[in-house]
Amino acid sequence: MLHTVNKSPFASATLTQCLGHLTDGAAVLLIEDAVVGGVAGTAPGALLAECLKGHKVYCLGPDLMARGISEGRLVKGIQTVDYAGFVRLVTEHDAVQSWL
Amino acid sequence: MSAEDGDTPGVIKRFLFVNRKAPYGTIYALEALEVVLISAAFDQDVSLAFLDDGVYQVLAGNDPSGIGMKNFSPTYRALDDYDITKLYVERESLTERGLPEDGFVVPVNVVSRAEMAAIMSQQDVVLSF
Amino acid sequence: MKIGILVNEGPYTHQASDSAYQFAVAALKAGHKVTRVFFYHDGVQNGSSLTEPPRDDRQIVERWGKLAGQYEVDLVVCVAAALRRGIREQNLAEGFRISGLGQLVEAGIQNDRLVVFGD
Repeated sequence: MLHTVNKSPFASATLTQCLGHLTDGAAVLLIEDAVVGGVAGTAPGALLAECLKGHKVYCLGPDLMARGISEGRLVKGIQTVDYAGFVRLVTEHDAVQSWL
Repeated sequence: MSAEDGDTPGVIKRFLFVNRKAPYGTIYALEALEVVLISAAFDQDVSLAFLDDGVYQVLAGNDPSGIGMKNFSPTYRALDDYDITKLYVERESLTERGLPEDGFVVPVNVVSRAEMAAIMSQQDVVLSF
Repeated sequence: MKIGILVNEGPYTHQASDSAYQFAVAALKAGHKVTRVFFYHDGVQNGSSLTEPPRDDRQIVERWGKLAGQYEVDLVVCVAAALRRGIREQNLAEGFRISGLGQLVEAGIQNDRLVVFGD
């Protein structure tokens, strides 16, 4: 299962709720405002660092760029993808769950 | 495996409707229920998940008369007539909100977060609103 | 692969329609089929022919229609949600059609993936 999150973790508990429902093989993709949670040295960044021990975490690059966040500021291990990468992740996982 | 073109008679997929928002503040709960009812006509394997503030959708005793909205709680009772009986409510979401594990408008299965995660992982189509 | 998309929010206020569009374009470019985009809740506003954004802004409604024409994507606006929000045949943008919620369930059945964009 590919889980997508689109809310800033500074404004909504959605990221935490999503991370509490990951099973083996599940991956997380941060899109839209959720990308701000991927920054290292922040509380949500720490949650994602913990998540990275068992799951892959991705971040949509164009959404990062739009918000002025350089890839270098992301938690180590979070992989940046473009929209083509988003599509690839959707096809690689058997289903997608959007945490709205 | 790829779905074939055109009609796909006999295809039964596992559909999960994920409800995470309280009713009435937004229209999502009501319009989600409308899709669920329509899905019954397609003979699919339908489940409903209620977690986070979504648990408030299936509590008994909702009364929106004071806010001028129509109470759609009775509609959940119609689900049984359509053979939609897999309604899962997450225990942790109830506990976090100080809610007991009973007092629902319809019969539901109260499941743990881990069980809910397993249910989610088994689906073919996950619809969230 | 065959992909269906659900858009739950209208244009401009939320990024949902933009994200869905960029995703659809990328999927089509990668050689996948985006068979249907279903517009629900306030998402039905994506099908309004009455929108008139500033010229230097993206033309969300128009570009959905163009994508549909170019790649045979079925753009379906939910009838019940549309009637609630003042979208009907008279003000339906080119490339869109109005139909029932069954089209959403069908998109889930007939596609290999269904991806939801909302708020």
